[in-house]
Amino acid sequence: MGMTMTEKILARGAGRESVRPGDLVLARVDFAMGHDLTIPPAGKIMREQMGAEKIWDPERVAVTQDHFQPAKDAASATLGRLTREFSHSMGIKWYFEVGQGGICHTVLPENGLVLPGELVVGADSHSCTYGALNNFATGIGSTDLACVLALGELWFRVPETLKFVYHNRLKEWVEAKDLILYVIGQIGVDGARSKAMEHTGEALRHIDMEARLTMTNMAIEAGAKNGIMEFDEVTKEYLDGRAKRPYTPVSSDSDAEYEKVFEFDVEKVELGVAKPMSPDNYAPLSEVAGTRLDQVFIGSCTNSRITDLRRAAAVLENHKVAPGVRLIITPSSHQVAIQAEKEGLIRTFLAAGAAWTTATCGACLGGHMGVLGEGEVCLSTTNRNFPGRMGHPKAQVYLSNPAVAAASAVTGVISHPSEVLKHMPAEIA
Amino acid sequence: MSLPKVVRGRAWKFGDNIDTDQIIPAKYAIYSLDETELGKHAMEGVPGHETWAGGVTRGDILVGGSNFGCGSSREIAPVAIRGAGISLVVADSFARIFFRNAINMGYPILQSPQAAEAVEEGDELEVDLEEGIIRNLTKGDEYRAEAFPQFMTDLLKMGGLVPWVRKRLEERRQRAAVRG
Repeated sequence: MGMTMTEKILARGAGRESVRPGDLVLARVDFAMGHDLTIPPAGKIMREQMGAEKIWDPERVAVTQDHFQPAKDAASATLGRLTREFSHSMGIKWYFEVGQGGICHTVLPENGLVLPGELVVGADSHSCTYGALNNFATGIGSTDLACVLALGELWFRVPETLKFVYHNRLKEWVEAKDLILYVIGQIGVDGARSKAMEHTGEALRHIDMEARLTMTNMAIEAGAKNGIMEFDEVTKEYLDGRAKRPYTPVSSDSDAEYEKVFEFDVEKVELGVAKPMSPDNYAPLSEVAGTRLDQVFIGSCTNSRITDLRRAAAVLENHKVAPGVRLIITPSSHQVAIQAEKEGLIRTFLAAGAAWTTATCGACLGGHMGVLGEGEVCLSTTNRNFPGRMGHPKAQVYLSNPAVAAASAVTGVISHPSEVLKHMPAEIA
Repeated sequence: MSLPKVVRGRAWKFGDNIDTDQIIPAKYAIYSLDETELGKHAMEGVPGHETWAGGVTRGDILVGGSNFGCGSSREIAPVAIRGAGISLVVADSFARIFFRNAINMGYPILQSPQAAEAVEEGDELEVDLEEGIIRNLTKGDEYRAEAFPQFMTDLLKMGGLVPWVRKRLEERRQRAAVRG
């Protein structure tokens, strides 16, 4: 019997010939990540409770200062300091200081730290993002991370795999974000609970790596353990000159077993949003067009990489943010910010009247720099809109792609981007 | 810290898809190292439960619907619930990271669709953790919890991942000493 990519990676990590869904395995980890909210508890548990003095491999750990950094208050400054001290005292090679890294899920891929065939864990639920690069990547808690830091291994239940086959090509304006929101709308926020989401099909060939990362990023929004994609030319090109270690891609066997196979004709997928207050509350854009907005947020590990910002800038060029609306743009990494500066995107944003911030998770989790008040309505390019996610539990959050967000900031209501820009230039679409 | 065999307490009922930002809003993540402070704000993000934690009596039992604890990986979600004085969480089903975190902490959770459906707020429950039986003393009913794989049961009994790692580190040290 064949195995899926996910099963093969877990089998290799566990030192076994094969594994089946439901097996509990103890597997070696190739790379681990923590940040300013999860390193302090993990470090404390590892040292004080587990009694470990050093970490298993300082070259295979990354730490970012992204959630509440630059420190939003004195208490988060303490978390930042504990994160910094732990990273330095453990000799962690991939420590990213404020102003030099950004959001973990952008920083790790762009630095070539998470590679095909690898078993990656991160103490953050969106660690499933990395799977677009043909690895098994999953979110874990702080005690989990402490275990990995101490031993380099962790227990896993081998998940059943759901296969998503995408046919045809996305239409103009429709992005990977619209596709994944549509898929989550179809299967629900627990539709892939504890399972692997394997994305495949010819539609992916036309979806670039940054957009693929948007799709695997939201696997957790369907409750999945991981999201994973095949290795192809797009993967190889992205990693050339970037990968920090040699790697071995993995592919699913033709006789691998899937719990269920979903097929989608992506040409039929419309521009869409997730309505308040759940990521599976999908609606075509036409249904919510005209909804009045207080804030538009373009940011997060989901949709604030350079390609996202290019599309937002194309829409905002020579336009102004509508009166009564505020537009906040947060690049997802320092490298993204540098590139945006080079390309003149920041000038466009500032001229449009947007607030441009440093790279941080910021408003996405209601941390800082764009927290919502009671009754406010926000259109956001982020991943999650459960009650209270971005601030007050009675704030209303809609999720969309960056072009829709930018256009809606210009009109002041949820709008189709073609109302502001006739066509997205082909080279950045 | 090992598990008690039987816990008894009053039930607090919650719905489906209660996510971690409702269990403990992210703004309280600054208290990541302070279980008591987190406990004061547990479930505060669930509409109508802004002052819920204040009404909990130590030992009470939380009963959730499906996909309980979805969302973030922050371990402060089960930590906050424990900090509020809840002795056990029963749910129709758990989101995977919440599930892992609870097991790793040695904090008892039980999956029981039967109990999640039948229990009403305020019911007095008596739960045999070893047998996985939930007795509803108010209604005179009894519900079964689903059995966990052996490794998870062992972890829970042992008190979670911390003692497990300590043991494994000790084995490694001994092996290294033998090799000398």
